[in-house]
Amino acid sequence: MLVINTCRNTARLALRSAWLRNNVPISSPIASRTFSLGLALKQQDVVNVTFVRANGTKIKTSGKVGDSLLDVVVNNSVDLDGFGACEGTLTCSTCHLIFKTNDFEKLPDKPGDEELDMLDLAYELTDTSRLGCQITLSKDMDGLEVHVPSTINDARSA
Amino acid sequence: MTSNLLNICRRGFHTSSVRQQIIQSETPTKRICIVGAGPAGFYAAQYLLKNLGDCVVDIVEKLPVPFGLVRFGVAPDHPEVKNVINTFTKTAEHPRLRFFGNVSLGTDVSLQELRNQYHAVLLTYGSDQDRELQLDNEQQSHVISARKFVAWYNGLPGAEHLEPDLSGRDVTIVGQGNVAVDVARMLLGPLDALKSTDTTEYALEALSRSQVERVHLVGRRGPLQAAFTIKELREMLKLPNVQTRWRSDDFSGIATQVEQLQRPRKRLTELMLKSLNDQGKNSSPGTKQFLPIFLRAPKAITEGEMEFSVTELQQDAAVPTHATERLPANLILRSIGYKSSCADADISFDSRQGYVRNREGRVLKVDATDSVDAGLYVAGWLGTGPTGVILTTMSGAFAVAKNICDDIASNALDTSSSKPGFEADDKRVVTWDGWRRIDDFEMETGKEKGKPREKIVSIAEMLRIAGV
Repeated sequence: MLVINTCRNTARLALRSAWLRNNVPISSPIASRTFSLGLALKQQDVVNVTFVRANGTKIKTSGKVGDSLLDVVVNNSVDLDGFGACEGTLTCSTCHLIFKTNDFEKLPDKPGDEELDMLDLAYELTDTSRLGCQITLSKDMDGLEVHVPSTINDARSA
Repeated sequence: MTSNLLNICRRGFHTSSVRQQIIQSETPTKRICIVGAGPAGFYAAQYLLKNLGDCVVDIVEKLPVPFGLVRFGVAPDHPEVKNVINTFTKTAEHPRLRFFGNVSLGTDVSLQELRNQYHAVLLTYGSDQDRELQLDNEQQSHVISARKFVAWYNGLPGAEHLEPDLSGRDVTIVGQGNVAVDVARMLLGPLDALKSTDTTEYALEALSRSQVERVHLVGRRGPLQAAFTIKELREMLKLPNVQTRWRSDDFSGIATQVEQLQRPRKRLTELMLKSLNDQGKNSSPGTKQFLPIFLRAPKAITEGEMEFSVTELQQDAAVPTHATERLPANLILRSIGYKSSCADADISFDSRQGYVRNREGRVLKVDATDSVDAGLYVAGWLGTGPTGVILTTMSGAFAVAKNICDDIASNALDTSSSKPGFEADDKRVVTWDGWRRIDDFEMETGKEKGKPREKIVSIAEMLRIAGV
């Protein structure tokens, strides 16, 4: 098992650096099929998520239980400009997402001071805003739909 | 042209066949030049490469190294903020992007030359000048700009000789923005925490001998107008062995207004009030002090002291009264804002405000007609003035890049003729590969000291490591 894990990690790192070098988008389903080596995700671990862009277009994708919403965007190369600039370290607000009130209230962890501090700098801040990097997927979130605020704002009006 | 291309290839600009193919293509490629490799430049490049399929983007940068304020502005104890470098690196390694470091607009190349070589030029070279207090004695050696102090500890070439005098007990910082708070944190925070950051060695050495015990952070207006953001304040409040002491007079009448404030301002004010109420509870002698002071406007600079006018707020503006107060100030750090410089006489520049005259990122003509100079754009602090966090710059840069795409689509910008792009000739240009060599060298040198990198500060040394 350890050997398999090591192989998987090495393969993943190699894949990642190849991607960084060539900047060729590798779609995640292929990646996970190739490198899961028969340890394919159990269906019940998959959580379907829909991102709704500011212009209304929907991006349907999925993650697995334990992933953050930022992981879902990164792992699936979801096309959201500038999303996750600080890579989930709570030092920017570029992964700002807006939840439906029901979904927001069901989230198990309330935002901490540090997350609220960063949200305070976000555009289109609402009472149901969260940072995607702080939301961990659970099975009961299957079918979640979140709104992505517009990334293009006139900076002078900020 | 052909021999030039060969030269460029020989010098290692483009090693992949994809790149050569694009550069040698005879169809008129849309060529866009971005001047300045900071966040605004990289975010604009990212947008253009994604949304303009048949363009080549060249980034021209004055220094041999990229990333602008992410490298030279972001505090060394905020390494997470620098993670954006990973995104910028992906953009830089895009096959349709070329990086030309060590090329200075106005010195190595003129704006007119760039405009002849490109369909569009986007200026993103930022703000490298300070607003001044306009007081007598401001040129004395104990008055320095916070921007230069930041540049000093972050290793900006030319800033290494600043030699700030840290032998006194009191530092007075004029201004209350996040730069001012960064500087206060660098002066008061534990040195050991900085030793594992990329703070320059000479700055660590100077800070280790620092006698500074109190930092006064002085603003003209009141707590409700404070310019620092809540994250930076919370960090100060959590610093070990540092007490934050507010003046309760500054907060008279503030508590009753909290409920009417918008959420960000409300949370910031609540944090200040909470800290004010808690102060004195855990007072222990011998700790350093962080002293935010409101409603004081700079009036005079003397030896070891700074004089301020007591101000009153009238419609959110600070109006000086006849009352004054003197604060101890062995060192004065000026942090009342930046402005940009005009790199080339052909840029329509507002020298009073210190930014490029523009409408939604479209630069206006040099004449007084207020009409747009087609093909010339500006983004980032050079166009907006020095405000906002990286998100602000990102959104602004995306918006200007979108305007470039729209102008090309609507033929407001003529891209029918072929343009050659930048020709390096015999200039000592640092390519992205050259930067990678500098990057590797810095990380390797840093490793020996337990730091993420040891920045090279000398330009000559950078060029040597880059191999040009």
